[in-house]
Amino acid sequence: MADAALQDGPRGPKPKKSFSRANIFLYGTLLLVSIYYLLPLYVMIVTSLKGMPEIRMGNVFGPPMEITFEPWVKAWSEACTGINCDGLQRGFWNSVNILIPSLILSISIASVNGYALANWRFKGSETFFTILIIGAFIPYQTMIYPIVIILREIGLMGSLGGLVLVHAVFGMPILTLLFRNYFTSLPEELFKAARVDGAGFWGIYFRIMLPMSLPIFVVAIILQVTGIWNDFLFGVIYTRPATYPMTVQLNNIVNSVQGVREYNVNMAATLLTGIVPLVIYFASGKLFVRGIAAGAVKG
Amino acid sequence: MTYSVQIKQLDLAFGAVKVLQNLDLDIHEGEFLVLLGSSGCGKSTLLNCIAGLLEVTDGQIFIKGRNVTWAEPSERGIGMVFQSYALYPQMTVRGNLSFGLKNARLPKAEIEKRVNRAADILQIQPLLDRKPGALSGGQRQRVAIGRALVRDVDVFLFDEPLSNLDAKLRVDLRVELKRLHNQLQNTMIYVTHDQIEAMTLADRIAVMKGGKIMQLGSPDEIYNRPRNLYVADFIGSPSMNFLEGRLEGGNFKVDDMVMPMVGYEFLTPQTMDHTAVIGIRPEHVVTGELVRNAPLQFDVDVDLVEPMGSDTLIYAKLGQHPFRIRMDGQARVKSGEVLAIGIDPSRASIFDKKTEDRL
Repeated sequence: MADAALQDGPRGPKPKKSFSRANIFLYGTLLLVSIYYLLPLYVMIVTSLKGMPEIRMGNVFGPPMEITFEPWVKAWSEACTGINCDGLQRGFWNSVNILIPSLILSISIASVNGYALANWRFKGSETFFTILIIGAFIPYQTMIYPIVIILREIGLMGSLGGLVLVHAVFGMPILTLLFRNYFTSLPEELFKAARVDGAGFWGIYFRIMLPMSLPIFVVAIILQVTGIWNDFLFGVIYTRPATYPMTVQLNNIVNSVQGVREYNVNMAATLLTGIVPLVIYFASGKLFVRGIAAGAVKG
Repeated sequence: MTYSVQIKQLDLAFGAVKVLQNLDLDIHEGEFLVLLGSSGCGKSTLLNCIAGLLEVTDGQIFIKGRNVTWAEPSERGIGMVFQSYALYPQMTVRGNLSFGLKNARLPKAEIEKRVNRAADILQIQPLLDRKPGALSGGQRQRVAIGRALVRDVDVFLFDEPLSNLDAKLRVDLRVELKRLHNQLQNTMIYVTHDQIEAMTLADRIAVMKGGKIMQLGSPDEIYNRPRNLYVADFIGSPSMNFLEGRLEGGNFKVDDMVMPMVGYEFLTPQTMDHTAVIGIRPEHVVTGELVRNAPLQFDVDVDLVEPMGSDTLIYAKLGQHPFRIRMDGQARVKSGEVLAIGIDPSRASIFDKKTEDRL
């Protein structure tokens, strides 16, 4: 009798209620927040696929009755900004031409910076690092005018080269910090072993450190791509209309007030502009999280 | 006898902290020298100085008679093995072994030959094309030793190479290291905090404390004739029993017990009376039948008994003083008993209370 009582009791994993109060609260909140973020995106997408007559009917949330890619084509190659009517494509290529060199320049310099600061402590390296970090926290608006003067003096004002330089310099503090922290988190004995093995500054950097730092490079690339691609202020200040990056051009398209406001074209143009950072995120999201965590363990 | 590594008046300071002070050390050709000490004693720092990974503040380092104080690590003719193995994770074992040789721009055939030789010696031939991630701890450390081996150097530096391994593997690799040293006859400098590793491997041990060498000598000397209180206390497990008393005319007096120091070899003839400390190793205390023949005989009260299989450790009281005794594993002693013990003064150590040096 007593044995039976012992066997009747709970056994195995405790059953969980899927509709517990905590779960409802949790998923309810998540759902609400998702709607809050996704609704505007949904409106943008459906609007960009509608023709103007349908938009004028005023049903913002309704799906397109007749799907048309006309607005996308127009945004890419025909939309007018001021006197030019060749769409966003010029801005896109300008942005690519700005992004690629800035990316390569800033990441290659910052990674070597971080490596030197982490492994080859030199006299004053701590001071140097502190100054660099302060640089990361100064609001960059304060530096806009001095940079205009500097660019003018070295003859790069209004050119793509000037903007590339500005992006590379402004990315330097945070990227150096990122790389330094990552390289400090790698075991020091590895560096020592390579020195005993006769590898020099560059030998250790290229043969030992680089192959181990893919995650942090991905982080740096994501930070820089989104930062530079989405930049508006530097783009509008340091370039001329012919070399405006995509964001500036988007602004000009959306804000041009001649004739009817073409909401569908505006939406398509905005989505087109956002595609590059989105692609980068989706392609490397997992590595991004891993890299951020890896760099953050040791400060 | 030629010297392999000579260190002259070495100083090393990090800011205001002096890690090594006026350190002299001569290491013979083919010698296995162990730097032993607790953490923070400067032993790893000294090794890093010899390797050239740390810049010295003052003093000189010679390797094979050549002044290498300013030389790069790779130019010093040393190979180094680290505690964390420090294998290059993205390279295969073969890549790890040949990395240094490629940096030295050796011809391909020579690299191949040396890698194969090292792999043969360490029996890692089947692992050559694996990455370090696919190796066990013992295999990794073997590869790390191989990396030093291929460099064909005069001096091997080991920085606590076995500390990351589990106990059984540590013993196996320790034996292998000793065999390797017998086979290669290189100079080896080995840093450890493990006194068993030190005692088993070393030709000579340098016991370090606070950036200074407290005693340099063979394991036998270090164990049987420790130069000062620190070394006496540091070496041996369980550690030495210390009793404080006075040395008066060749007799050591603790409370009302008198121990005539018959057979004890004083370093200098003792004419004056001293406040002193006598050190007696738990394993040098005899019990049972042997007590009758011992020069000194006492009774102790047994406090606690710790059977450890191979040995039995007795915590007892000699007068008011705690006293540890090591007996064999078969000893049947219970707490609360009175145990007769015998002590041989010639195996004891006496230290000056004030200077802590051996008398």
